[in-house]
Amino acid sequence: MTAAVEGSPPLRVAGLRRSPLLQSEAVQGFALISPTFVYALILLVLPILVVIAHSFWTQHYLTIDHTFTLENYRIALTEPIYRDLLWRSLYISLTVSLLTVALAYPIAYFISFHGGRHKSLWLFLITIPFWTSYLLRVMSWKVILGYNGVLNSGLMGLGIIDEPSTALLYNSTAVIITLTHAWATFAILPIFVSLEKVDRTLVEAATDLGDGPLRSFLRVTLPLSAPGVISAALIVMIPTVGDYVTPKLVGGKDGVMIANAIQAQFGKASNWPLGAALSVTTMIIVSLMAGATVLVFRALQRLAR
Amino acid sequence: MLERVQSQSDRTMIEIRDVTRSYGSFKALDNASLAIREGEFFSLLGPSGCGKTTLLRMIAGFDTPTSGSIAVDGQPMDGIPANRRPTNMVFQSYAIFPHLDVEQNVAYGLKRLRLGAGEEKRRVEEALAQVSLIGLGKRHATELSGGQRQRVALARALVMRPKVLLLDEPLSALDKKLREQMQVELRRLQQAVGITFVLVTHDQYEALAMSDRIAVMFGGRIAQVASPKEIYQRPVNRQVADFLGGMNFVKAEIVEENGASLLLDTLGFGRVRTDKPRAFVRNGGAATLGIRPERLRVLWDNTTAKFEVAGKVVERHYFGEITHLIVEIPGLEKPLSVTETNDFGADDIPVGAPIRLAYDPEALVAMAD
Repeated sequence: MTAAVEGSPPLRVAGLRRSPLLQSEAVQGFALISPTFVYALILLVLPILVVIAHSFWTQHYLTIDHTFTLENYRIALTEPIYRDLLWRSLYISLTVSLLTVALAYPIAYFISFHGGRHKSLWLFLITIPFWTSYLLRVMSWKVILGYNGVLNSGLMGLGIIDEPSTALLYNSTAVIITLTHAWATFAILPIFVSLEKVDRTLVEAATDLGDGPLRSFLRVTLPLSAPGVISAALIVMIPTVGDYVTPKLVGGKDGVMIANAIQAQFGKASNWPLGAALSVTTMIIVSLMAGATVLVFRALQRLAR
Repeated sequence: MLERVQSQSDRTMIEIRDVTRSYGSFKALDNASLAIREGEFFSLLGPSGCGKTTLLRMIAGFDTPTSGSIAVDGQPMDGIPANRRPTNMVFQSYAIFPHLDVEQNVAYGLKRLRLGAGEEKRRVEEALAQVSLIGLGKRHATELSGGQRQRVALARALVMRPKVLLLDEPLSALDKKLREQMQVELRRLQQAVGITFVLVTHDQYEALAMSDRIAVMFGGRIAQVASPKEIYQRPVNRQVADFLGGMNFVKAEIVEENGASLLLDTLGFGRVRTDKPRAFVRNGGAATLGIRPERLRVLWDNTTAKFEVAGKVVERHYFGEITHLIVEIPGLEKPLSVTETNDFGADDIPVGAPIRLAYDPEALVAMAD
């Protein structure tokens, strides 16, 4: 009788005397993420470390001199050609990200607020251009903007211009147009997601308290979708700084960006340390710009209240 | 008997005339007409899907009648958008702006009026005081409890000084104790500010406790509009009676009908004369007689009453302060429910015992079948 009342003894895992280290939750957690962690270490951290190391060395024809020097950074920051390229890259990526967000917002808003039952169909349609190669999409802008391109023939057919304009292709504007189109989806999706999260009752409450459609948008919908806008801006801004395919194809000599210079240093010019120093400089400046963008958006949000 | 103090005037504040709202072939609201008086605490009561929220949203301007018209304070509301109506709403989810603090939430609607910083601050503080939220102005919307969020929603609407305050199930998200406390507070607040309140609820006790008048709705139609007491004591049909607490229904035959009263023949209660309900429409010779379980009293030992029925206890349920008895009466197809307070030992009545029940013929309600 008493045995039944006492119940069974505490469970013991037979034959497995675990060390306290293996039982700690933190260690178990690390063990769980270790495959991904190793993967990230080898494919992300190591290459960056290699690049950073190279940026402090010097190239002598075929060999690399491993003595520490800041000479590459001096060239990267003071040579007018690199400074100009960096400024242009930042200008282009900033313009592209602002334009992309400005154009993407209304589309995301429409799908989220007026898409009704067809939301997923709309999102699906938006991804269709991405089924073709990025190169093909850039090349098609060449067809549109070129000397004998769609735009020039169209404008001439309408009698607006007499001869084909050369101002459309091979400059930074062409790069901006192409990139804005190429990155549209990446801006639409995060904005759409953040708009989906805006409680529609809040918009009703704003209306109930006297706001018209524009006011309730500016005071409720826009501030609440700001996280999506910020991430969209960053998602577009950061990669476009380093894009080198688009400037090469549609940029001409006025549209060359910093990544083209970096590519040249690692390729034809064969000066890896200078290329590395340019990369690191660009990385740091892009991070600063991204940080500044977040701060500016936050300040705007606070102002809107 | 104590009557509710009539604070409201007889002036109509909201006039709803023949309003229908259809979604395809489904009618969410079917030809509803209603006049809500100025300064009244009015409740729209009904089960979910009865059209009460649809009606409230049409008064607020978030929905448009398919046909019919709504007027607030004598002004027709056709084509007037929600942001230009003299109504404000407390939403079921409270809809507190998550990116603003309490003060900014309450001041939201005032900002557009450009009252000047001093006047705006004064009105915000007044509103916060009305809902007992003084000192919480700087609290962020995400740091509030359910009850506090509800108070912020109230203050945010009241600060606009609307002619009508619309409340969409404002207490349904609160726990029982807080809900009962808020019922009392809401009622007190309404009497203090004197604004017309229109409350949507599916909780009959909430409607009975707070309202001056109640409209009971079923399936898009308004079944009865009356004071809580009349709704409870003189329900117009079985549906209304059943929705507002328990009611025993007894089959009856109409023997005689005249302007004010009905003479009914029943199996359990014999021949009874009752008041004829205002909306009584005769449907053949049959009718239903109703009596609330608490209007049947247990007769002890040798006591007798002028009106009584005799039967046998078949079930007994104990509820603390009251006991619920199920009593079989010869001739009745369904046993009667009886609620008796436990002061005299109703909780000790054995199941199977013979029992006699007294009733007041005044408590018998005739209903159309």
